[in-house]
Amino acid sequence: MFKIVRKDELRPMVTLYEIEAPMIAKKAHPGQFIILRVTEDGERIPLTISHIDPVKGTICIIVQTVGSTTEQLKRKQAGDFLPDVVGPLGKPTETKGFKKVMVVGGGVGCAIAYPVLKQFHDDGAEVHAVVGFRNKDLVILEDDIRAASDKLIICTDDGSYGRKGVVTEAIKELIEAGNEYDQVFAVGPAIMMKFVCKTTEPYGVKTIVSMSPIMIDGTGMCGGCRLSVGGEMKFACVDGPDFDGHLIDWDNSMARGRMFKDFELHKHEETCNLYKMEEAK
Amino acid sequence: MANMAPKKNPMPSQDPQVRSTNFDEVALGYTEEMAVDEANRCLGCKTRPCVEGCPVNISIPEFIAKVQEKDYEGAYKIITQSSSLPAVCGRVCPQESQCEGRCTRLKMKDGESVGIGRLERFVADWHNEHSTEKPVKPASNGHKVAVIGSGPAGLTCAGDLAKKGYDVTIFEALHTPGGVLVYGIPQFRLPKEIVAKEIDGLKELGVKVMTDTIVGRTIDVDELFTEMGFEAVFIGSGAGLPMFMNIPGVNHVGVLSANEFLTRINLMKAYKPESNTPIVHPKKAVIVGGGNVAMDAARCAKRLGAEVFVVYRRGMEELPARKEEVEHAIEEGIIFKTLCNPVELLADENGNVRAARCIKMELGEPDASGRRSPKEVPGSEFEIEADCVIMALGTSPNPLIRHTTEGIEFNRKGGIVVNEEGATSREGVYAGGDAVTGAATVILAMGAGKTAAKGIDEALSK
Repeated sequence: MFKIVRKDELRPMVTLYEIEAPMIAKKAHPGQFIILRVTEDGERIPLTISHIDPVKGTICIIVQTVGSTTEQLKRKQAGDFLPDVVGPLGKPTETKGFKKVMVVGGGVGCAIAYPVLKQFHDDGAEVHAVVGFRNKDLVILEDDIRAASDKLIICTDDGSYGRKGVVTEAIKELIEAGNEYDQVFAVGPAIMMKFVCKTTEPYGVKTIVSMSPIMIDGTGMCGGCRLSVGGEMKFACVDGPDFDGHLIDWDNSMARGRMFKDFELHKHEETCNLYKMEEAK
Repeated sequence: MANMAPKKNPMPSQDPQVRSTNFDEVALGYTEEMAVDEANRCLGCKTRPCVEGCPVNISIPEFIAKVQEKDYEGAYKIITQSSSLPAVCGRVCPQESQCEGRCTRLKMKDGESVGIGRLERFVADWHNEHSTEKPVKPASNGHKVAVIGSGPAGLTCAGDLAKKGYDVTIFEALHTPGGVLVYGIPQFRLPKEIVAKEIDGLKELGVKVMTDTIVGRTIDVDELFTEMGFEAVFIGSGAGLPMFMNIPGVNHVGVLSANEFLTRINLMKAYKPESNTPIVHPKKAVIVGGGNVAMDAARCAKRLGAEVFVVYRRGMEELPARKEEVEHAIEEGIIFKTLCNPVELLADENGNVRAARCIKMELGEPDASGRRSPKEVPGSEFEIEADCVIMALGTSPNPLIRHTTEGIEFNRKGGIVVNEEGATSREGVYAGGDAVTGAATVILAMGAGKTAAKGIDEALSK
């Protein structure tokens, strides 16, 4: 059993959980993820680690409530236990040996972008951050990201905070302004990552993306997380989650990501209704 | 006087029409009368050919003699001297090519072997139902052994060592122990309650099980020795990576490995309406492959309501699956498209698979393995409509330990190299099961776990 030691509602649907998992905290590096279950008999869901504290023996995850399992997770409080947390999974993001990088985060993807960005910073790179959110109310980790980057541009779709527009415009401007990046690291919704890659490709800036496909075991057994990278079949759980974004077959990857969308919507509704019934009692 | 009936007592089973819509166990097991009647077919040969056919050398004529005497607990004790998982083996062993394949009764006109597997199952189930005897935890011998993986190899190795007084800890990557017995083999062939019971038995012997622990990620082999103080490590991490065909369309939505399909159903119980784990409910499913895993996937797809086609590149005779599994599949209405092979998977405009384009095959000359190799018949392509294609083409050993452990020799296919004692090239590290051989059977993995347990015991008791 794994204890939730802190729960912090960052935004109405975005919650940080600090979980006691000393073995994972000792081994984890930025870019890696865990798989957890909220209930016995529950679904296994992969979530990227946002903070690692090996001394305290804890890791943090930042979770957007989107489906049945994340809804169940939201009902857990500090002091409650999770039956299963396993990791660290995937390969750590390579952050050493870069002079200047751009880190792009979209929405709750900033929870993954942040530890990677900080590691780039700690490893001596100049870091420019471009983060995008739908609106002001969804902005997360602003202070953390600002503290670890040399330049920060915040974009919101509706212009309610930072500048109005999508991240690709800011990325283009920064590159056009003569910034020479060794690498761009992008994480967020697949559609955002796809367009970040389309934006950087003409400039020949290597762009690494952190993929979060559907998976079950996370150890290479199920093959559910496979994707086509440069025409080769790769498994995100053991070969990734980071890949060269210019080589990914995005349309296929996004189609695979939508595979269970209807099921998820239905299950989420069902779970919400169950909670409502309980609360009405 | 022996019962000289040429045929085995048939196994009572759920009606195919009924069972193809549920996940309850297909074979219902012998009654006491049937078991005794079947046991009486054993001639008790002095030469004991059946024992030689058993990878763990169970004293078969002796346990059957106990069944003849209706001393079922006595029979159980004899079996468990050699096997840690009798209720499992009685269900999933390929007896026809092992113990039963050597039975003297086969030499008689129209003779069938004694139903050894069915009797083993009867004895194990009888014990589980009636016995109140708890296994006695043996006195500790002070030695600590780590076992990686809780599949048949790991469980057997752990059980054998625990019986000798070793302090054994099993490390399991998933949230439930049992390995392929829980994520791979379906409920209707091997109820998970039986696996759980066998594991509880090991815990009563003092075996500790650490789930959610991936050796190679959460902890590595070096730390097992240096930080946790284990004196020997057994790697039974199984066959990990599923193989896919290298054909266009293999990543379409609705194309999945048998591992994924079966894990969703068996481990995650996606067939139950209350499960939060999603599963495709196909209308028409194509299963590619002809082994036991392909049969399991086909029969699961059937139970989810699909019309199911098994596509296999050789003929019916060459199907590598157990005959009984193929027969069950046919009874349940699964359609076999043998001597054909997919060449492309076609998708609709949303990227969802809609058909498998196959080509007819014919068998050529026998190859190095002695099997006749299939050749494509030019111009014979045709389409099978399918909204789900499941690849059951085998697996290769899990690479996590290979990538994180120094000093262990691996073969070309990624399997761990071991000697006849089950020892790897690194001192104190042993291995067995699919991690060594690539995908094989439960009983062979058990045999390997047994061999390694003996090797570890000999090394540590020096």
